[in-house]
Amino acid sequence: MSGVAAALAIARKDLRSELRSKEATNAAVSFALVILLILSFAFEPTGEETHAIAGGLLWIVFAFSGTLILNRTFARELQNDALEALIAAPVPGWALFLGKAVSSMAMMLVVELVSLPVFAIFYGVTLVWTVIPVILLGTWALVVVGVAFSALTVNVQLREVMLPLLIYPTLVPALIASMVLTGNLLDGQTFSGDNITWLRLLVGFDIIYTALAVSLIDIVLVG
Amino acid sequence: MVAVDHVWKYFGDFPALRDVSLTVPRGACLALLGRNGAGKTTLLRILAGFSKPAKGTVTVAGAAPRDLAARAKVGYLGHGIAVWDELSAEENLRVFATLYGVDRAAIPVWLERVGLLRVREGLAREFSRGMRQRLAIARAFLHEPELLVLDEPFTSLDDRAIALLQNLLRDARARGASVIMSTHQLREALELASDVVLLKNGRVAHAGTRTQEMLDDPSWLYVRYGEG
Repeated sequence: MSGVAAALAIARKDLRSELRSKEATNAAVSFALVILLILSFAFEPTGEETHAIAGGLLWIVFAFSGTLILNRTFARELQNDALEALIAAPVPGWALFLGKAVSSMAMMLVVELVSLPVFAIFYGVTLVWTVIPVILLGTWALVVVGVAFSALTVNVQLREVMLPLLIYPTLVPALIASMVLTGNLLDGQTFSGDNITWLRLLVGFDIIYTALAVSLIDIVLVG
Repeated sequence: MVAVDHVWKYFGDFPALRDVSLTVPRGACLALLGRNGAGKTTLLRILAGFSKPAKGTVTVAGAAPRDLAARAKVGYLGHGIAVWDELSAEENLRVFATLYGVDRAAIPVWLERVGLLRVREGLAREFSRGMRQRLAIARAFLHEPELLVLDEPFTSLDDRAIALLQNLLRDARARGASVIMSTHQLREALELASDVVLLKNGRVAHAGTRTQEMLDDPSWLYVRYGEG
């Protein structure tokens, strides 16, 4: 059978389960809104300095709330030992990874879709369409690294603590690129000059880590 | 169908399997016996492709257990039921039908066989324990595997599920499938088994065909090898 069909079946299965339980997305949306609210107390929403760090604030919210979703990516398969059934199925590792990545990406985009207008209102920022590719590329970076480490930590007792400790240092280049690009684009800049370099860095990160995760997932899960 | 050749498996320094060799021909039913910690689950997990041996080789249908071709031919029923609580019975089987490339027409057939067709749209989490176990059985048999790897399949099954599983295993053998099962329920296992392997401290203590004396006294093998 085609690996793509298997990946889609796994993604559909995860999204259907999440749609019914809403356990990860409800927690992540609530967490994102709470961070946005708390940070709005810490920084003067209309201040120029706040505008300068808006990109950073936004990606801190995305990264922190996203971890709640990524933690559940493989952990949801522990119930009833469903992970064993997935590992035993004749599905290539890349298809399992892709299915998990697609469902996590969809859940994270939902959280970001709710957070963005709240962020714009709280911080007096005008959203621009050009940030969409940056959000997609930055979110994919979070997803790729997060899903890979979620598989690695699935049987670790303190995985809720381990996952952020592992993914944030790994994500530093992608997060810096996303923060700088988002800040610059919200400031009215276009994709030119340094912004192109940051965009290349983000694309390169996504390609390299996707290739690494896809090729290593089987070893991570089975050894 | 299955060949295990001089397999060793360690957990840290502890050898859970020590130089284990056995073969399971097509259509055979092997009862894998042994006390807790004898290495039964470790061996079954290697056969199902969940872990790899430290030394030795294992082939399932002529391929390594992790090969996609081998995995497509294996049905695994472990300690967990391995179904998703938030999906209905039908949705659960639909996922596995896609993963194993099985025609969806087989789904209602299997739901009927395990007595869940009437509640096919009910969520697995709303099912009773027995219904969930029967859904797990349907999941393991859905792709009509050539090899069934069953780890303690009768443990905590209700009477109806035990009878169902025994019938399905007989049907599977009749169409040429092989079965390897570990169990502590000796009578149920020995009634089905054609061959018996006793593991003791990770080694094969006994391997041979099932005999009448085993049926007459299911604990006979344990007593003979000082495990009684």
